[in-house]
Amino acid sequence: MLDNHAKLLYFFSKANQITGRKKLQKMIYILQQCRVPFEEKYQFHFYGPYSEELTLRVEELCNLNFLNEEKEEKSNYHQYHYTITEDGAAFLNQFEVNMPEMEDRISALQACSARFLELVSTVLYFAYLSKEEIIEKVHTVKPKLKYTKEEMDQAFRFIEEIQNKPLH
Amino acid sequence: MAYKDEQLTEEKVFKDPVHRYIHVRDRAIWDLIATPEFQRLRRVKQLGTTNLTFHGAEHSRFNHSLGVYEIVRRITNNFADRERWDREQRLLCLCAALLHDLGHGPFSHSFEKVFKLDHEQFTQQIILGDTKVNEILKKIAADFPEKVADVIGKTYSDKLVVSLISSQIDADRMDYLQRDAYFTGVSYGHFDMERILRVMRPMDDQVVIKSTGMHAVEDYIMSRYQMYWQVYFHPVTRSAEVILSKIFHRAKELYEDASYQFKVEPTHFISFFEKNVTLADYLKLDEMIVYYYFQQWQEEDDEILADLSYRFINRHLFKYVEYNPDPQINAGMELYQLFKKAGIDPDYYLVVDSSSDLPYDFYRPGEEEERLPIHLLMPDGGLKELSRHSDIVEAISGKKRTDHKLYFPKDRVQSIEDADLKKRILDILYGKE
Repeated sequence: MLDNHAKLLYFFSKANQITGRKKLQKMIYILQQCRVPFEEKYQFHFYGPYSEELTLRVEELCNLNFLNEEKEEKSNYHQYHYTITEDGAAFLNQFEVNMPEMEDRISALQACSARFLELVSTVLYFAYLSKEEIIEKVHTVKPKLKYTKEEMDQAFRFIEEIQNKPLH
Repeated sequence: MAYKDEQLTEEKVFKDPVHRYIHVRDRAIWDLIATPEFQRLRRVKQLGTTNLTFHGAEHSRFNHSLGVYEIVRRITNNFADRERWDREQRLLCLCAALLHDLGHGPFSHSFEKVFKLDHEQFTQQIILGDTKVNEILKKIAADFPEKVADVIGKTYSDKLVVSLISSQIDADRMDYLQRDAYFTGVSYGHFDMERILRVMRPMDDQVVIKSTGMHAVEDYIMSRYQMYWQVYFHPVTRSAEVILSKIFHRAKELYEDASYQFKVEPTHFISFFEKNVTLADYLKLDEMIVYYYFQQWQEEDDEILADLSYRFINRHLFKYVEYNPDPQINAGMELYQLFKKAGIDPDYYLVVDSSSDLPYDFYRPGEEEERLPIHLLMPDGGLKELSRHSDIVEAISGKKRTDHKLYFPKDRVQSIEDADLKKRILDILYGKE
């Protein structure tokens, strides 16, 4: 019962604070691609892989008071910050969440910009293609972001590193 | 004449209760409709189990796919003389609209959850694989199947084309809202689509709405909101979905138990249980096949599979109570143990269902660059996000949209012989603690 909610709470408990919904979306997707068993379904949207299921589940966790959402006013938009609440931590304690160790990966992802995570998640989305095809595809679906060769190389290196970290 | 330009000698029309007529003139569209892969959609209901709540909801993915095609046909006609519209994209838009749901299987939401599948991947496979659909698309151009697959997968270079089929105000949603309202018989879900189509404007990478048409869009957002709560999130439909998922889980579990012998071998499901589904296996499965097994499984020796199948076939559904995991988590844990004690397997008969377990989405302006919102084209040529201009949309966007329900077979609880145990369970369920 509510296993998928518990898995997300576990993630928030390890991450301390997540800033930005877009970043959250991409982090969970990238972790999924590292065989962390989150079950939220993703589709490709304008800004890369996006999960409506994740959005709604996070909203549920906020409405249940398991997760705190803080809205910050920016010039043209709002930015959201997420932290687990005491109730959320108590709820999590009731569960035996069977999740691999992921602190290292979370730290690595948190250190990246949303722009870079968008690139990484898009590369992973097309992982069934060859490297050259992936690069071409990224430029096709995201022409406005104008990713440089250095960023592309960095993304491929990052993926190799993060996927090769052992799952305990 | 090239196949892509070939027209039928006279226009064909399908009578349609939502759009009155669906018009076909392109030879390629006519041929695609006739393929076995597209005809299969007649045997997959658009709303899965909703017909157990709203008995009229028997319409199929076939009806809906034709409807989306018709809306896109009208939009591309309207755009024909607009400066930013590339007329060469017309047939691509029509094919993508027609084929966008091709990979849906029977009761796809529950089925995909249990077997960890994705109908979008099957849509891609049908378009790109060894199928009649692929044969026809290749006659248009060698790279045409890839283009159609990219538009449907939202990875096509021309985002304007993609946004006609999938965005927060697209042909897919405009069709299903009206069609589902019509067939369920509810009085929500209606909006002035003709007006919306008239105020749609093609921009570089999205369709925007002329600001004078804002009220028609408000109506569309409002009907979307009402349909979600009144039809798609209906608790009785959710009960049927819960049972459906549990039947698939149970059948899989029994298949994995070497000591269990099915009376009727689940032949059509074996590749799903073994996680080696081929496209041919997938295409063979439709709702008629699934109903056949459920009908047969009522006679199985396994009591759980037989009971769940009986419940689904005969609409003997689970009852529900509202459930708030905070502070009711301990009560939930206790119920789990009490059900076990009463001999009712809680893994199959005590289920929390959350709004996030359902596949429908709300209008969300979202955070910057999280998801593309609806944009209004203002008189000065600038763009403005809809909820920043419309109080109605802003109010709906901020509403609480989540809930959780606890499903259980009340008849089984009522028949527990141990009076104290029964009382304790009922007290927890109905809050008489």
